[in-house]
This record gives sequence, structure tokens and C-alpha cells, in this order.
Amino acid sequence: MALRTLFSKKAFTTASGFRPIAAGDRCFLRQARGLTVAALPDLAYDYGALEPAISGEIMRLHHQKHHQAYVTNYNNALEQLETAVAKGDASAVVRLQSAIKFNGGGHINHSIFWKNLKPVNEGGGEPPHSTLGWAIDTDFCSLEALVQKMNAEGAALQGSGWVWLALDKGSKKLCVETTANQDPLVTKGANLVPLLGIDVWEHAYYLQYKNVRPDYLKNIWKVINWKYASEVFDEETA
Amino acid sequence: MAMALPLAYASSVVHPFEAGRLSFSTKATKHKKQIYQFRNVTKVLAYYGLTNPPYKLDALEPYMSRRTLELHWGNIHRGYSDSLNKQLANSPLYGCTMEELIKTTFNNGNPLPEYNNAAEVWNHDFFWESMQPNGGRLPWGGVLDQIEKDFGSFSNFRDEFVHSAMMLFGSGWVWLVLKTNERRLLIVRTSNALCPLVWGDIPIISLDMWEHAYYLDYKDDVSKYVNNFMDHLISWHSATTRMVRAEAFVNLGEPKIPVA
Repeated sequence: MALRTLFSKKAFTTASGFRPIAAGDRCFLRQARGLTVAALPDLAYDYGALEPAISGEIMRLHHQKHHQAYVTNYNNALEQLETAVAKGDASAVVRLQSAIKFNGGGHINHSIFWKNLKPVNEGGGEPPHSTLGWAIDTDFCSLEALVQKMNAEGAALQGSGWVWLALDKGSKKLCVETTANQDPLVTKGANLVPLLGIDVWEHAYYLQYKNVRPDYLKNIWKVINWKYASEVFDEETA
Repeated sequence: MAMALPLAYASSVVHPFEAGRLSFSTKATKHKKQIYQFRNVTKVLAYYGLTNPPYKLDALEPYMSRRTLELHWGNIHRGYSDSLNKQLANSPLYGCTMEELIKTTFNNGNPLPEYNNAAEVWNHDFFWESMQPNGGRLPWGGVLDQIEKDFGSFSNFRDEFVHSAMMLFGSGWVWLVLKTNERRLLIVRTSNALCPLVWGDIPIISLDMWEHAYYLDYKDDVSKYVNNFMDHLISWHSATTRMVRAEAFVNLGEPKIPVA
């Protein structure tokens, strides 16, 4: 595991304790050619630890199947890109961009998402305090207003996408943004840093909540990891 | 299933390829009367009723479960229909067939708020009719000839359709359309609610690639869903009917009349 995290594109810290069987075992390394590849990060909690807000079945499929597929396809696209760049095949390079954006974005977004969630008995759902709490009160009047805004935007999003609580690095203000499909938050603004992201693709909730996306959005707040959001916020506003 | 109704109700020219849909739009266009408290005011609204799929909800088992159809048609499709009618209650759009409504609200790429609901209602109607119990296998006659002409062979077409479905990023639909200008069949992918009608093309078959269409039955195994659709669900009967109507508008060449 240590070798894998060393050579993975992002070094993810995993909390000690319960850990599901890592689907990342299936990832392969290509450090021999100097190409760093993405790897599926481990979750810091069991698949079933977020129940009843999110079912274990959804978490398992979401992590082991969907996220893994994004990682695999991203790595494939990167490999093809490397070949195309080496050959100077500009049309191939351009043609691969949509696959890289989609699969790479999916990997980025889901990696943030797993850190945004925490079981209730480990502090999930506990509202933010101090700096982030005050910033929310300043920019949104109250936490309830922020939650309501994010729920409204998430429910109104047509098709697939994400709803984000973002920090604008330039103005140091918080804002709520949505992105379509797997577009990462930076596609909405180069200065935007994601604090919290909620996946509103149907695969994130359909098995449990069926088509009632508003119920999913209402319940996911019980397992949101505000501590992580606070840490990112403090780091960026330091 | 879809029967042609007398055209007396139509407020505009009805194209033959819409005739089969006549039963949905004009039969369903009703007038709602609202009597206000202090004066007699008749308010006339457009209203589009939710149509039933042309088979029982469990008829597509085991390839599409009854539960999926109950949710997909009963909740999601019905939801779009209800939302559309709510929007139309306060909208000047009236007297359109569903296809006209879609083209009008698409507004050449700047869609009006009613577009999404209208398009999704139509898309789902079209999708239910693109499937049948005991479907799949091969088309025949003119449809098969046209597919072989435009794709080389049926298996080429099938591979291309499956590939196109697998390459769809996000929510959307995969269509077999008859392009009116190029006068040939083509496979197109559209995102979210986009419908080839807005480009003036004639859809022949569609496949819903939104996750809600397959997640309960297939989870993340998209390829199995698409292959089952091609092998067991696709309704070549519907495709043939639609092609026949389309040929009234698109000249697909001289028929092969045997010379004595």
C-alpha cells in the first residue's frame, strides 16, 4: 500500500482503523516509464458506516465500480495522450481531451467527495465552528440558509453533476456552485477551491432514494465532514 | 396503440410522422375552466396528458423490471408531465402539438424554461414505444435495407449503436435518426433532454441512457443494459412505422421495382 501511495498522483492520507478491502489493489504502476498514474484512494470508513443516510450498497458500488472506472479510464487516456504527444499527433491529443476531462474530473471530484463524508459517530454532520462557521454566517446569513441553497441548486440541476460549497481564493468569499457531469469546480472559476462537494448523479442515490433527489440531499448533511471543509478553508485563508 | 384521429382538433398542419402521436397531443389537449370569485372568467390552458406505455409494466421482464418501469414511467415521466402542465398554466404557449412545443421552446439553442419538461415528456413517450416485449433481433424489409445501405451491415450498426451508448458521458439519449438533409440514417448521442427533433431530423429509435433507466436492474453494468436493449427490447415494428412516415418527407431514393 505504501508503494502505491508513494507513486500515486495524489497522496491520500487514510485514517487508521477500519478500512474496506482496497479496490486500488487492481491499479497498476507504470513508474518505469516515468508516467505517474492515478490510483483509487481508500475510504477512511466502512462502506456501511454512513447508513442510514447513504446505504452501504451505494457506497460500495460508488467506490469500487464508478470511481474505479474513472481511475482506469483516466489512466488509459493519459497513456494514449502520452503516445500522441510523443508522436506529435495533434488531432489525437485534442480528441482525447473530453475523455481526460470526464474521467480525470470524475477521479478528482470523487476523491474530494470521500473526504467530505464521515460516519456520524466520528463527527459526521457536526456543524462548522470558528472561522468557517463565521464565514458561512457572513456570506449566507446562517448554516440553514446555506444548506437550503445547496439543496435547491442540487435538486434543480438537470441531468448529472455536482453541487459545491466553494471558496473564492481571490475575494475570500464563499459561494455555491454547480458543475455538470464530472466537470471539476475549477471549470467554473480558476480561483475556486472546493470545500464541500455533493454528487447528484443518479448513481449516488438512486438505489436508496429512487428519483427523490431532495430526500437524498436532505439526509446527506447528517454525514457531511465539516472538519475537512474547515481545514481546507483555514489553509486557503491563512 | 396510436391511432390517427380526425384532424378537426388540430390547429395546425399535422405531419404524417406526427400523426401517430396525434392521439397523445390533441386527444390530451383539454380546456380547463376556472371561475373566479367576482366575475365569470374562462381561462384556457394548454394541457398534455401522460400517456401509458403500449404494454403492461411487467411486459419487458427480465430485461427491464416492473419496478424500473413503475418508477421511470410512474414517477419520473409523470413528474415531467406534471411540471410541464404547471409551467403551461402560466405560459402563452397554446395550441401546439408536442413536437411543435419542443421546437418552439428550444428557441434555436436558447431554451425556454418549458423546453426541458416538454422534451423529456416526448422523449420518454418515444422511448416506451421504441421498445416492445419480445423485441430485439433483426429488422426487416425497408428498414434493414436502409441500415445496410447506411452502415454496411446490421452488425456494424449494432456495434456502432452500442459503442455510442457506452461513450456517452453523463446523462443523455442515443438515437437512430433519419437525417433529413443528408437523407441517411445516423446514430447520434444527445445530452440531458436534447432531442433530434430540434434539428429537423426524424428519430427512429431511442435509448434512454440516464442512470435511472437501468440502475435498479443493472447497477453500473451499462454494457449489459445496452446489449439487452439491442437483443431483446428494441421494437423494429415501431421503427418500421416511423420509417414509413418519414419517407413521406425524406426522399430515400427510387424504390426497387423489378423490371418485367
